[in-house]
Amino acid sequence: MDVEETALPGIGLRHDFQLRSGARLGVVSRRGGKREVIVYDPDDPDRVSLSLKLSAEESDVLAELLGAPRMVEKLTAVADAFAGLVGEQLPIPPGSPYAGRPLGDTRARTRTGASIVAVVRRGEVFASPRPDFLFAEGDVVVVVGTPENTAEVAALLREG
Amino acid sequence: MHQASIFVELGLVLTVLGFAGGLAGRLGISPIPLYLVAGLAFGQGGILPLGASEEFIEIGADLGVVLLLLSLGLEYTADELIVGLRRNSRAGLVDLVLNAAPGVVAGLLLGWGPLAATVLGGVTAVSSSGIISKVLRDLGRLGNRETPVVLSVLVIEDLAMAVYLPVITALLAHETFGRASLSVSIALAALVLALVLALRFSGAVSRLVDDPSTERDDENLLLRVLGLALLVAGGARMIHVSDAVAAFLVGIALSGPVAEGAREVLSPLRDLFAAVFFVFFGLRTNPSAIPPVFLPALALAVVGVATKVVTGWWAARASGLATMGRFRAGAALVARGEFSIVIAGLAVAGGIEPRLGPFAACYVLLLAVLGPVGARFVEPITRAGLRVRARRGGPPRPPRPPSPPRPEPVG
Repeated sequence: MDVEETALPGIGLRHDFQLRSGARLGVVSRRGGKREVIVYDPDDPDRVSLSLKLSAEESDVLAELLGAPRMVEKLTAVADAFAGLVGEQLPIPPGSPYAGRPLGDTRARTRTGASIVAVVRRGEVFASPRPDFLFAEGDVVVVVGTPENTAEVAALLREG
Repeated sequence: MHQASIFVELGLVLTVLGFAGGLAGRLGISPIPLYLVAGLAFGQGGILPLGASEEFIEIGADLGVVLLLLSLGLEYTADELIVGLRRNSRAGLVDLVLNAAPGVVAGLLLGWGPLAATVLGGVTAVSSSGIISKVLRDLGRLGNRETPVVLSVLVIEDLAMAVYLPVITALLAHETFGRASLSVSIALAALVLALVLALRFSGAVSRLVDDPSTERDDENLLLRVLGLALLVAGGARMIHVSDAVAAFLVGIALSGPVAEGAREVLSPLRDLFAAVFFVFFGLRTNPSAIPPVFLPALALAVVGVATKVVTGWWAARASGLATMGRFRAGAALVARGEFSIVIAGLAVAGGIEPRLGPFAACYVLLLAVLGPVGARFVEPITRAGLRVRARRGGPPRPPRPPSPPRPEPVG
């Protein structure tokens, strides 16, 4: 996919690309984390016909919505090839004993057999985290395993 | 008692400015024209002349210019400046020549002398980056394809000012030609230095104002950035090089997260002192001097609209945009504002032509309002114009298919 990048001096960056459906979609990245999701007018391709202004937090939410489930879907597609495996997104809940502690402390694989393959934090994906990766409350842990042992990981993250 | 009257006067001015800003927001226009009007009301010949606070307001106005240009420099990264230069240098040249010419011609026709005419040329040439970016944002046009064209033209105007202001400053100080050329050479060398610092040594420069290993300390950052900018600006003033440009270059030299943080902490100060700056300009302008210059200012404003529309149209066409995009670009560039007043302010302080102040105030008032209004209504107006042309022009010309936008260099 051809993503065009254009500098907007004094404002930020614009990225846009053509959708297969024919529409043209873009994102204006402004300084300070604000974003604008834009859709170009099919009749006047120079003109934006829809512009959604997102604050920095709203951008994070959108990125998370678009990023994490997509990754899990891809993982699930792979896991489907191996019957019996699932990919789950498990949040580090408030009050979790592992918030602020390294991943290795959970000993999730030893205790349950499931594998932690990625952590999603504020829309950013950290793939294949090492045992010294520090969890933070609100992180979403992507776990691959059987339905039973991923549930065990969920309990583990909750109670320790 | 003296102190008390300063406080009361300042409080009154700022309160009025606050209400003016709120009104401007409600009307959807920039507050700049209203600030100017407030200044007119408070100055000599106005309804409520100020006395005690004028000295503070004068210093505040100077600070306002420094902060305006420092913020502008902070907005740009060195990459953007270079990309802007490379992408649209021809359009920038057209913009400057086409828009300065009416001002210079008008100044000469009004019998003001070459120096005042040159200043008027600067007043008519430079569009208001502040008003234009706000208008583009409000109208949701940041993503439009004509926007990078408009912004690049503004970049070139800002860089041109970095040369123009030292020239004007030197000429207004009655410098000899040799001395003036020295000032310009220093300014150009400083511009190159600032760009090099921003591109290669941004880490070192940023460390001057911020300690990257610790979390950002707003108070520290504010004091150091402002201190640095004032030191450099003051030093520039001492050697008769424009302090405004010095502040601009400090802004450019700072880049990355430090620039981001500096913009945030400076923004309220800039808003305050920039408002004071506009009021001060209005203060120095006698309202009774406006009616005699109103008609010439109006005429020049109409010409100013036309020349900017042509500039934008031409620049957009050169970038492969279709008709609507070209007119949107043209309409976007019309607004004049802060920089025209900065330039006029230099001349008023230099005392070369008493009619320049009121003329510039009138001109900017008209265009600061017409610009955003024009940008808002350019699309229906253009469509109506095209329909009229189609009806009159006999067999309708097939509309030229919009040429595909030229691929932008990635990165």
